[in-house]
Amino acid sequence: MEVGCPSLHRRPLSQGEKGVGAWIVRIDRWTGWVLGTALLLALPVFTVFVTALQPAGEVWRHLADTVLTDYVFNSITLMLGVGAGTLLIGVPAAWLTATCEFPGRRGFEWALLLPMAIPAYIIAYTYTGLLDFAGPVQMLLRELFGWTRQDYAFPEIRSLPGAVLMLTLVLYPYVYLLARAAFLEQSAAMLEVSRSLGAGSWRRFLTVTLPLARPALIAGVSLVQMEALADYGVVQYFGVSTFTTGIFRVWFGMNDATAAAQLAALSLLFVFALLTFERLSRRQARFHHTGQRVQRPPRLALHGRWRGLATATCLIPLLFGFLIPAGQLSVWAWRTASHRVDDHFVDLAAHSLLLAGGAALLILLLALLLGYGQRLRPRSVVRLAVRGAGLGYAVPGTVIAIGVMLPFAALDRSVDHWVRAGFGMSTGLLLSGTLFALLFAYCTRFLPVALHSVEAGLGRIRPSMDDAARALGSRPRGVLWRVHVPILRGSLLTALLLVFVDVLKELPATLILRPFNFNTLAVRTYELASDERLADSATFALAIVLAGIGPVILLSRAISQARPGHDPLS
Amino acid sequence: MTPFLELTDIDIAYPPKRVVQEVSLHMLCAGIGCLLGPSGCGKTTLLRALAGFEPVQRGSIRLEGVELSRPGWTLPPEQRRIGLMFQDLALFPHLTVADNVAFGLRGWKSSERRARVLELLRLVGLADFARRYPHQLSGGQQQRVALARALAPRPRLLLLDEPFSSLDVTLREALAREVRGILLREGTGGLLVSHDQFEAFAFADEIGVLYEGRLLQWDSAYNLYHRPADRFVADFIGQGVLLPGRMGENGRMNTELGEIDGPALTGLTPGAAVEILVRPDDVIHDDTSAMQAEVVERAFRGAEFLYTLSLPSGARLLCLAPSHHNHALGQRIGIRLDIDHVVMFRRESSAGPTG
Repeated sequence: MEVGCPSLHRRPLSQGEKGVGAWIVRIDRWTGWVLGTALLLALPVFTVFVTALQPAGEVWRHLADTVLTDYVFNSITLMLGVGAGTLLIGVPAAWLTATCEFPGRRGFEWALLLPMAIPAYIIAYTYTGLLDFAGPVQMLLRELFGWTRQDYAFPEIRSLPGAVLMLTLVLYPYVYLLARAAFLEQSAAMLEVSRSLGAGSWRRFLTVTLPLARPALIAGVSLVQMEALADYGVVQYFGVSTFTTGIFRVWFGMNDATAAAQLAALSLLFVFALLTFERLSRRQARFHHTGQRVQRPPRLALHGRWRGLATATCLIPLLFGFLIPAGQLSVWAWRTASHRVDDHFVDLAAHSLLLAGGAALLILLLALLLGYGQRLRPRSVVRLAVRGAGLGYAVPGTVIAIGVMLPFAALDRSVDHWVRAGFGMSTGLLLSGTLFALLFAYCTRFLPVALHSVEAGLGRIRPSMDDAARALGSRPRGVLWRVHVPILRGSLLTALLLVFVDVLKELPATLILRPFNFNTLAVRTYELASDERLADSATFALAIVLAGIGPVILLSRAISQARPGHDPLS
Repeated sequence: MTPFLELTDIDIAYPPKRVVQEVSLHMLCAGIGCLLGPSGCGKTTLLRALAGFEPVQRGSIRLEGVELSRPGWTLPPEQRRIGLMFQDLALFPHLTVADNVAFGLRGWKSSERRARVLELLRLVGLADFARRYPHQLSGGQQQRVALARALAPRPRLLLLDEPFSSLDVTLREALAREVRGILLREGTGGLLVSHDQFEAFAFADEIGVLYEGRLLQWDSAYNLYHRPADRFVADFIGQGVLLPGRMGENGRMNTELGEIDGPALTGLTPGAAVEILVRPDDVIHDDTSAMQAEVVERAFRGAEFLYTLSLPSGARLLCLAPSHHNHALGQRIGIRLDIDHVVMFRRESSAGPTG
C-alpha cells in the first residue's frame, strides 16, 4: 500500500520556472546555478590533483630522497598525537560536565570552550615567550634555585611534541563539544538497564557510555586531526617539517609549483582518508541517535577527593588552554599597547574587519543560495555537487592557496598573451594577488561552515511552508527572502559570526594570496612573531582572540539552553 | 457550460511508478468535493498536481476552462489562483496572524489589503487575534488562520490536505461543517483530501474514492453507500460484507440466506459466482426466522448492538439490532434479509457495476 503519496521532500521531477517543465533531466536556472558554483569551488582541489599528475621533476625526486619521509612522519605523528591528546582532555571533561555534579560544573560547561577562541599559532607564540630562556618560567626557576644556564635541562617547546601540545590545547574543545552532546543524549533508561544487569559505574562507563558515544568521538577526533594536518602557523614557528611547511618551502624556496602541488595532493590523500573514516562513523551515528526526547539520568553527585579531582580535570585544560596564554598576551599587550595602538593598528584592524566581514557576507549568501537550490531541486546531481562544495573545510589553507594561485596565474598569463598579441599592450596580473583571489580562497575553505548552518536550518523548515507560500503567489526566490531568511535569522547570524572569525584567524592562505602590502591582524601577528618580537605582536593577537570569543559565547549559550531532543536554534 | 474543474485522463508518475492512473473527474460548478481513499492511494499526489507542484505525464487539468497542466507544461503554483490548506497548517512562525493572512495579498493597495485581512479574520472569528503570533493560538484557532490565509487572495479553488486530521473527532466534524459554510459564502470551490469517510460526508457534496491510483467512483455520499460501483468502494464505504452466491437457472441468486433477486449483469450465465453486498441494516434480527446464525462478536453502541454473526458455512455477517436484543457470544439467533436495493459483483473479478 505504500506505493503512492511520496513524502513532500521527494520532488524528483523538475519543473521549469516559467512553466516549461519536461521531466527529462534538464538544467534549469537553479540546477545550473548550484552545479556552476560547486564546480567553481572545486576548482582549487581539482587543479592541485591535475598539476600533481605531471611527471615528477628534479625537485620532487630530491624531496623524495631527503625530506619527504620527515614530512610524512611528522604529519602523521602530529595527527595521532593531537588525536590522542584531545581525547584524553576532551572526553573526561565532557563526561564530568555532562553527567556529574561538582563545584564549578556550570561554569566549566561553557568555559571549557574558551580555548577555541585562540588560534593555534597565537598560543604557540605565547608559550614560546613564556617558556624560552628569557621567559618568566625559566627566570623564576633560576631565581628560586640559583641555577645558571648549565645547571638544568629545560624541555624545548619548539619541537614536535611541543606542537602536539599546543594544537591539543586549542583543539580539544571540538572533541569536548561532540562528546558532551553524545553523553547528554544517552537516556537514563539505557544506563538503568545496564545497572539492573549488575554493571558497576566504572564498567558502565566502559561498556555502555563510551561505546554509545563512539561515533561522536570519532567525528570529533577526525575534525581535530584535519585541523592539525592543516596547521601552518605552529609547525612553521616550531620548525617542524610537515606537509604544509613543505609546500611553502618547495613553492617559495625552490620555485617549483608542480612539486608543491604534488606535496599538496599527497596531503589531500590523508584528508580524504580521514573524511571517509568520519563519514563511515557518522553513518553509524544514525543508529545510535533515536531523535526522541530522552529522560535525563540524575547527575552523579561527587564527594570528597573525587570532587577535587573532577574540578582539577576541568580546570587544567582551561588554565593552560586559555587563562595562561590570554593572561600572558594581556600582560604583553599592556606593556606594548602605548606604541602599538596607533594608525597602523587601526588600518590593520579595518583591513581585517572589512575582509572578514565581506567574506562572511559573501559566503553566507552563497551558502544560502546553494542550500536553497538543493531544497528546490533535490536531485542526486545537485546533492552531489553541494556535497562536493562542502569538502573545502577539510582542505588545508596552503593547499587551497596553491589551487587558487595556479589557475589564476594561468588565466592572467593567457589573457596578457592574447591582449599583447592583439593590441600590443600588457594587461599584467588581473586576478593574481588581488582581493578577489583571496575572497575566492576563503569561499572554498569556509563555505562549508556556513552551508552546514544553512542546511540544518532549512532542514527544520517543513516543505509545506514553501508550498504554502507558492500557493499564495510567491515565486521560489520570493519564498527564500520572505519565508526562509526571516525564519532562519538566528542561525544565519550564527553562521555569519563563525565564518567571520574563521576568516579573521586564517593565516596561510592570507599570507600567500593577499595583495602586495595588504596586511591583516593575523598576518602582522605572524610577521612580528617571526621576527621574535612576541610582545609587540600581542596587541594584534589579543584582538583576534577577543573576536574569537564571540562564537564561543554563542556556542555556550546554545549549550546552556539546549535540552536533549530540543534544538537550541529552532 | 464550461465545467468548473475538469481532470481528463490524468497520469502522474515517479518513474518507474505510476502513482495516479487515468483519473478523470468533472465538477460542474464551484461546489465542494472530496478525494477519499486509504493512505498511499495517490490522493495527495493528485492534490499536489492540482496545486501545480507535480507535473502530469498524461491528460490535462482545466479550471474554469483554462488549462493548468498538460504533459510537459505545468503552470507554476503561484499563478494558478488555487489555495492550499495543509495538514500541518504551515503557518509562518515569524509573522503575526494578520501578516500571515496578508501574505498572499502582495500588490494590493494597502487599504484594500487591510480591509480584506480584517474581513477574513472576522469571518473566521479571530478579529481580536490579529497581532498574535501563531504559536500563541490554540490548534483550532491556528486552523482558522490557515483558512483565512488561504482564502485571502480569493482563490477560485481551495485544496485541503487533511487539515482537520490533527483535531479530535467532535471538533473535526464541527470545523469541517464550518469551513464548508465559509467556502459556500465566499463562492470558492473546495476539494478535500481525506482518508476519513465521516469527515468526507460532513464536508463534501461529491466524493471520489481513490484506490491504487485509480478513481473508482465520483458520486454523492448517498450513492457511494447505497450504489457502490466497485467492489472496493462497497467494502471501503460504510460497513458490510460481501456474501458469496451463485446464479440459479431461474435467474435468481442462490445464497446461504436463500434466493435473492439480483440485478441483471450483462453476460452473467446460470452457475456464475457472484458476491452480494449485505449492509448491517439489511440483516434484520427476527426470532421467528428459520435462518439461524451464531454470535461471534458484539459491540454495544447505546441504541443498538452491532453483532458479527457466523453462518454455518463460516461466512460472516454484520447485523444491527435494537439494543434490548441482548445476546451472548455463542448464542444462535434468528435473522432474515431485507435488502432494498441489491448490489452485486461478479466474484472472479471486481468489475461489473450494478445499477
